Amino acid sequence: MIRDITIGQYYPADSRIHKLDPRVKIVCTLLYLISLFTFKSILGYVLATVFLFGCIKLSKVPFKFIVRGLKPIVILLLITVGFNLFLTPGGETLVHVGFIKITEYGLSTAVYMAIRLIYLIMGSSLMTLTTTPNSLTDGLEKLLNPLNKLHVPVHEISMMMSIALRFIPILLEETDKIMKAQIARGADMESGNLIQKAKAMIPILVPLFVSAFRRANDLAMAMEARCYRGGDGRTKMKPLIYKSTDHVAYLITILYVVAAFVVGRYVPFKLWIF
Amino acid sequence: MKMIKTDKLVFEYAKRDEEGNVIGKSRAIDEVSLDIEPGQFIAILGHNGSGKSTLAKHMNALLVPSDGTMWVDGMDTKEDEHLWDVRQSAGMVFQNPDNQIIGTVVEEDVGFGPENLGVPTEEIWQRVEDSLKAVGMIEYRHHSPNKLSGGQKQRVAIAGVMAMRPKCIVLDEPTAMLDPNGRKEVLRSVMELRKREHITVILITHYMEEVVDADHVFVMDHGHVVMQGTPREIFSQVDTLKHYRLDVPQVTILADELRKRGLDIPAGVLKKEELVEILCRLN
Repeated sequence: MIRDITIGQYYPADSRIHKLDPRVKIVCTLLYLISLFTFKSILGYVLATVFLFGCIKLSKVPFKFIVRGLKPIVILLLITVGFNLFLTPGGETLVHVGFIKITEYGLSTAVYMAIRLIYLIMGSSLMTLTTTPNSLTDGLEKLLNPLNKLHVPVHEISMMMSIALRFIPILLEETDKIMKAQIARGADMESGNLIQKAKAMIPILVPLFVSAFRRANDLAMAMEARCYRGGDGRTKMKPLIYKSTDHVAYLITILYVVAAFVVGRYVPFKLWIF
Repeated sequence: MKMIKTDKLVFEYAKRDEEGNVIGKSRAIDEVSLDIEPGQFIAILGHNGSGKSTLAKHMNALLVPSDGTMWVDGMDTKEDEHLWDVRQSAGMVFQNPDNQIIGTVVEEDVGFGPENLGVPTEEIWQRVEDSLKAVGMIEYRHHSPNKLSGGQKQRVAIAGVMAMRPKCIVLDEPTAMLDPNGRKEVLRSVMELRKREHITVILITHYMEEVVDADHVFVMDHGHVVMQGTPREIFSQVDTLKHYRLDVPQVTILADELRKRGLDIPAGVLKKEELVEILCRLN
């Protein structure tokens, strides 16, 4: 059960999207997500669809991997759609059965909201699927660098993040080992109600924390032994440098955002109620 | 200049009771004086709690002496200005392979040391490649360290230290958590490195088999250096070694027992082949 958890579900492939600078992917994803909330007419969504599916095609990530990211939000999606559908007043009433009332306006906002949420998740999964967790933290470090002037320890935070990522599988393995060891000593993890099950976790968590602290101590010593002394004066083995393809990617995204904004807001177009 | 020199080195730590009150002082290292020449292969043997790991941490300035002095490549480890030079000159490999690998990809981990030293990017790549080749791990450069075996991880850790171009490499029980195959693998890498790069190797261990090729052996017990000499000199004193709770290699014990029963065998036989040859010559 523990093994199913994946964080930063990277899909290795050799594509143009994979090769982009992580900063480009972070910024462009953000721009895309913001753009989704600027449209008024369906034309904007058509453009957003074309852009998203174009990127998916370029990334060579199988479509089902991206759809898989939607699973956890199904409930949230249903609730949002439901609320919008039944509770938005305005326009002609389309269905009226008992206390259920669906208006034109309600239907269109519900559909828009669903598309927005779905594209939001698909867009950000595309980013995490095409970028290794490590280059994501590298990208974030570089992007947030200006915050250093406000005394935000950007380098330290990103170092912590990448070390945390490195230790996830090790600690998972350890949890598994401790669990088996406790089961071998007669610990019961399966039966009982929720509270009893939570209590059964204590003999796993305590040794896990002890070992995590010990590891942290060892690791800190190993880092010091290898002359680690914070971000100052440090060089990078893989420095982030923009290439021409990165500039092109920025350009395409900006073009898309502007086009989608203008078309989605100012070009008069109506298809039935949308 | 001596690679490493200590003069009456003492390391004390406070003993505490359950509530954390200091109830006394304990000496992990007690007036140890030793000289290590550049290019030597030194082994430091000792049972658990003999102070050998504490001594190793002094060589990297992770610990500083409570009393006495330690010089690494002529630099006093107590002086803060030398701290990073000391750590660069004497690289350290630790016992637990998992807890000393920082990168999520093998090559990034090897590059961690040079990055900290501020080495330019192109040179980092060159050093990473050289070091990984030197320990025979170049084909794993893009792998995740989590997928490697213990021996392979230790070789990556050794490469990570080599990439800092140290003059001396201190291995603190690098094989204690490995299976026999991994142990052989790591020692072979260290020996090859030593031949090729002519660096000083200080191997801290409690496996006596690992020290037979050393130039000089120190045996530690309760913070003191109790024996020192060439492996042959050390291994010829089987009873003393047993007294210090060290596992003497089987061949040495066998040879010793045979000698005691009156066979004409010299003291301090180190290798199986050697004993075989001696026994064949007896007839």
